[in-house]
Amino acid sequence: MNIKEYIELLFTDYTLRTITLGTAILGAVTGMLGSFAVLRKQSLLGDAISHAALPGIAIAFLLTGTKDSNILLIGALVSGLIGTFWIRGIVKKTHLKSDTALGLILSLFFGFGMLLLTFIQKQPNANQAGLDKYLFGQAATLVESDVWLMALVSGICLLVLLFFWKEFKILLFDADYTKTLGFNTKFIDVLITSFIVLAIVLGLQTVGVVLMSAMLLAPAAAARQWTNKLSTMVFLAALFGAFSGVFGTAISATQNNLSTGPVIVIIAGVFVLFSFVFSPSRGLLFKQIRFIKNRRDLQLHKTLTFMFHIAEDHDNISHPHAIKILNNFHGYTRGTLQKLEKKNFVKLDGNMWSLTEEGYKTASNLYNQQNKTNE
Amino acid sequence: MIDNKNKATPIAVKVDDLTVAYNYKPVLWDIDLEIPEGVLMAIVGPNGAGKSTLIKSILGILKPIAGSVSIYGKPYDKQRKLVAYVPQKGSVDWDFPTTALDVVMMGTYGNLGWIKRPGQKQKKEALEALEKVGMLPFKNRQISQLSGGQQQRIFLARALVQNASIYFMDEPFQGVDATTEIAIINILKALRKAGKTVIVVHHDLQTVPEYFDWVTFLNVKKIATGPVKDIFNDDYLTKTYGINYKVSLQK
Repeated sequence: MNIKEYIELLFTDYTLRTITLGTAILGAVTGMLGSFAVLRKQSLLGDAISHAALPGIAIAFLLTGTKDSNILLIGALVSGLIGTFWIRGIVKKTHLKSDTALGLILSLFFGFGMLLLTFIQKQPNANQAGLDKYLFGQAATLVESDVWLMALVSGICLLVLLFFWKEFKILLFDADYTKTLGFNTKFIDVLITSFIVLAIVLGLQTVGVVLMSAMLLAPAAAARQWTNKLSTMVFLAALFGAFSGVFGTAISATQNNLSTGPVIVIIAGVFVLFSFVFSPSRGLLFKQIRFIKNRRDLQLHKTLTFMFHIAEDHDNISHPHAIKILNNFHGYTRGTLQKLEKKNFVKLDGNMWSLTEEGYKTASNLYNQQNKTNE
Repeated sequence: MIDNKNKATPIAVKVDDLTVAYNYKPVLWDIDLEIPEGVLMAIVGPNGAGKSTLIKSILGILKPIAGSVSIYGKPYDKQRKLVAYVPQKGSVDWDFPTTALDVVMMGTYGNLGWIKRPGQKQKKEALEALEKVGMLPFKNRQISQLSGGQQQRIFLARALVQNASIYFMDEPFQGVDATTEIAIINILKALRKAGKTVIVVHHDLQTVPEYFDWVTFLNVKKIATGPVKDIFNDDYLTKTYGINYKVSLQK
């Protein structure tokens, strides 16, 4: 199937359209909120919340006996919130650090959830199959009403974000200071956390408990590489998230129905990898190029300084010297000498070199912090 | 003369019976403190004396076990707009995606209140504050690319924008070079000249007489408070730091 056919199919096929829309919206909202989680250094919170949601799903099923996704998600929401508050409680009331609290709650809740799932599977109830899809998600089960719910929550989330943008930003940067300005930091904090929990719970059906935190973190981590502006970062994260959803769905739909959740997460991972390597200011590639160039400049300047110290001892600075004497100087190569000549810092004449007026001046002012233009 | 002035000037900050504890041991015990308007005051004391804790609990960042704070005779909650705060530089993540100007603009958020966005007026105020601290050329710089001294000046500018009457500063001279220290102290002196009250957590005992006119000795309890020329002497220094305080003076 080529791309054109696929796009046509996207508009005609109900299931494909629903899933694509659903994963795109999900990617956008988790990317957006993930930026806040990353900047608050709460990256692991998402992981803990999603794992903590599992027992809620199982208990909701045990209580109601239905597999209606909305009811199960309410169960997930409740147990996710309980997990979050326990994490906070542990950090506040004991000497344990937050990573320990997160790890503890994550595995305890997940373990309990798995226990309940196996218990449910052993029951002689025909209805029980399929709860384990919440472990890794199954985008194919998305229906139109699910997408509407996602769109609604995302819309509200976006509105709140635009409304309280200033408050969110200052709280993320400096919570104590925000308090002294008279803002109710607890309210802002609860608002952000609740939306993060809500977004995670919404994604459980599609991406699943285990991989959900990647949806939160990967787009944000990728976006951070491209910008130094919060608004741009949030926007880019939403964009990366949405594209991960669309591409992931496309790949999974066209390639033998690969499981959608993991494919989306891997696409998001590709965004991260690409950003880490190719971002102009923070990327590894350009950093390395700058580093090498910087090293070369330094070596060039060292050679020039060495020559300067030789020329300094003579009355006439343009007195020629043998190239031979440079040989035992570390950092000297034929290339550096030619570069120096190109810059008109030295004159070459057979086996001899001499410093020019300009080269002498440059060398004497090199790395002098008071006049930075010389660097 | 200072005594006369003292009687006439109102009390800017009044702390009553303030007690703060993290676990079992109190960090601050029963602090009573009156800070007259228009002084440039240093809070000095050894490590763990509760200096930062004192200003954090005055500002409501920490919840005290007991005690009350009033600003110009009214509860602090009602007077927040009169108070500005410069936190320790290390208390925030400087890799946050934002610019110097943006951080200074945050100083205007308190007066704006909920939801309302900063506009041209706020931007102008922020630029003026950046100018005052000599950071105008760096306004669009990503904050992680500023030096420690420059970051400190950005924090100072953010407090200046608040246009408050009382300024609390937590170790504004920490990790800054001599030039920046002079630049900062000149700004603080200008604030005092304009009738503002400035309270600074300070570590360098040697510069106290030169920089400040008022001092509070703190070591869990309040040891003394008053004009530098009256109480900054061996007697109180020994009471605060113990017999070995001279070692810390020489550092």
